[in-house]
Amino acid sequence: MKRQPQIGWLSDGRRLHLQDGPIDLIVEAHGSEANLRGAYHAAVRRFTGLLDELCDELPALREAADPAQCLLQGPVARRMHTAVAPFAADHFITPMAAVAGSVAEEILGAMVGEASLDRAYVNNGGDIALHLGGGEQFSVGLIDRPDQFGLLRTMIIGASDPSRGIATSGRHGRSFSLGIADAVTVLARTASQADAAATIIANAVDLPGHPAIVRCPAEELQPDSDLGARLVTRDVGHLEGFEIVAALEAGSDKARALLTWGLIDGAALHLQGETRVVALKGFGASGRHAAVPQQIESAICA
Amino acid sequence: MQTDATTSATDKIRCDACPVMCYIKPGAAGACDRYANHDGQLVRVDPHIVLERTKSHGGRLVPFQAGGDWDGKIVHEPDVFVTAIGAGTTYPDYKPAPFIVSSQIDGVDMVTVVTEGIFSYCGVKVKIDTDRYLGPETATVRVQGEAVGHVTTSEYGSQMLSLGGVHHLTGGSKKEGRVTCDALMDLSNCKPVELVIDGGASVVVQAGYPPIVNGVAEERMRVGCGSATIGMFAKQWHGKVDEVVVVDDHITGVLSEHQAGKLLDVADTGIKMKGRRSTPGRYFQVAEPGTGWGGTKISDPLTVLGPFDPKVARPGMTMLMVSTTGEHAAYYELDAALKPIEKTLPADLKLSVERIQENCEPALCTVLFMGGAGGSLRAGVTDNPVRLTRSVKDALTRVTSGGAPVYVWPGGGITFMVDVTRLPAGAFGYVPTPALVAPIEFTLRLSDYAALGGHMDHVRPLASLKANPETRQMAPPPSGSRL
Repeated sequence: MKRQPQIGWLSDGRRLHLQDGPIDLIVEAHGSEANLRGAYHAAVRRFTGLLDELCDELPALREAADPAQCLLQGPVARRMHTAVAPFAADHFITPMAAVAGSVAEEILGAMVGEASLDRAYVNNGGDIALHLGGGEQFSVGLIDRPDQFGLLRTMIIGASDPSRGIATSGRHGRSFSLGIADAVTVLARTASQADAAATIIANAVDLPGHPAIVRCPAEELQPDSDLGARLVTRDVGHLEGFEIVAALEAGSDKARALLTWGLIDGAALHLQGETRVVALKGFGASGRHAAVPQQIESAICA
Repeated sequence: MQTDATTSATDKIRCDACPVMCYIKPGAAGACDRYANHDGQLVRVDPHIVLERTKSHGGRLVPFQAGGDWDGKIVHEPDVFVTAIGAGTTYPDYKPAPFIVSSQIDGVDMVTVVTEGIFSYCGVKVKIDTDRYLGPETATVRVQGEAVGHVTTSEYGSQMLSLGGVHHLTGGSKKEGRVTCDALMDLSNCKPVELVIDGGASVVVQAGYPPIVNGVAEERMRVGCGSATIGMFAKQWHGKVDEVVVVDDHITGVLSEHQAGKLLDVADTGIKMKGRRSTPGRYFQVAEPGTGWGGTKISDPLTVLGPFDPKVARPGMTMLMVSTTGEHAAYYELDAALKPIEKTLPADLKLSVERIQENCEPALCTVLFMGGAGGSLRAGVTDNPVRLTRSVKDALTRVTSGGAPVYVWPGGGITFMVDVTRLPAGAFGYVPTPALVAPIEFTLRLSDYAALGGHMDHVRPLASLKANPETRQMAPPPSGSRL
């Protein structure tokens, strides 16, 4: 009895929703009708059984990554390892830190490999893999609080930009954060790299020992969390302005280092209404404006 | 909605809804945020649309509905059933039910009218599987000293209670109403409630769990009394053993003396029972009640026997002793001095003991919620309430509660009963009236809905609910019980 993922269209009839276990993907492509059909079918084919593939290696994926070698077998698992390996020497990081971006990349790869598309994206819970044909662009909306509506800012990613991956990490998401950032959004060459880097930068936005920050061992919340007994952030109380600045600076230092090493193309860090942008090229700045829920759903629109 | 989950040694459970196989702690959700551990049970905590039709994984494909010339092969979406849980409502229900949803079911344009009904005319019927004496018929049943209902009839192997109803909810003191409402809600949400019966026992009732009578958990319903057990199994024992004693604290049965044995021409064995003989082969009070064999306090069954009659008994005679639940059994042969010596239970007799066990069902408390859909609730569904009633009676409209099947009583109104264990966790709520809030859904053809005066201008396609901000996350209810 083979488990089937859930496959359906969102209410607009344009975006495909793929769900299996904890994976939720929103997929949209632009191109000729025949190519779209081929691409969506390819996405579904690749998605079917992908979770099982990952789970076959789950214990190893939950172990701290070895910076020197990769013993993982599956293409998604190996991509996860590749994405976190640059950080593994200096940080505790497991391949799971890049799972969302790696899955998004895999599905997008299957679509682009099948059909010629003008542009496409696979959004895995905010970790997004992009495909941009010549002259195409996406405008991307940034959100700092997934539990609230409203776009923080938007930015344009064009075909001539190097970034094909976007990821957001922070304490409001589904996975745990060691830091206190509301959100850290990262642009990188690939979605898996962006995913891993966002995790590292969000963890660095922190005020160790601050009494207003409530932390708890990850395994007390999720017994099989890859973070084990490490303290994850549960709540952040009132912080003084200078404390917010200090926490954001700690994260920005990390982001600048990653930028220098070429691991990211840019990052936007958000904490209690304050934002820092670290980038060679501008994250097109604009003020917070209300957005309708339909836009929030994918945080990316044409 | 529950799926299988294995309980590990600790209080966390292992979810098997997907291959990630998360360990989930009580009150927490798995990695997917879709399944959670509620009091040791795996529950689904999806947004508003909580029940997917459980279908075998036949892989039936739902046609692609967004138009165009798609071949329909890529969409695989489980059928969803919109339930009323969390739909929200107002009282009285003068405005259309919060969600009037249309969805395609088997090509028929169906409508599911979803509302949460407020039932001040409601109660629960409780069936408690026990042979213990709970109290006299019509005795008052109390929670925290307040009258919440009464003892009604005794049924086979069980005692019925009738709790709630409008007189306890709104007819008594304020406290009586509040306590009754709390008790009904907890019982309906499958939480344990301690009930104290005037002139009788204290019993902890929790739907789907064994009753705890005066602090002792009931385990199995016995297959029958010792005498009844002889009657049921005499033929299976005949020819395989000379004597059978079924030990029971109520009526102990003896095969060779019992009418069933006589009919099979079972020969006398010279057995001598202790206790008071009722009719042939049936003995009262062979031992004090307890937790040993057959609800007696004995651990050695031979203590209920006197010496065999040497004029009748002969060496080599065989005897099976078994309890009414089959939990205890022993096999004996008489030696030269006519003393029973325990031997290994022969395979064919072992089978009969297992058959007794198999026929002893686990003792449970079962709770049926019973409520009547009043005129105002029905008005939320149609502008001519009585037509909804007629439509239900004519079987054009299907009534469900939280997606669970209901029994609709014949006669006037829409009075239904539902097994509370079939609803998703936390389905019932309350309003301070006091009254219970229970989900109720009416499903009918769109055309029939229009014909009975439905609020057609409020009908919404199912797809609009999925992305709608009004859709609420159904939070797992707070854990812990009132005990």
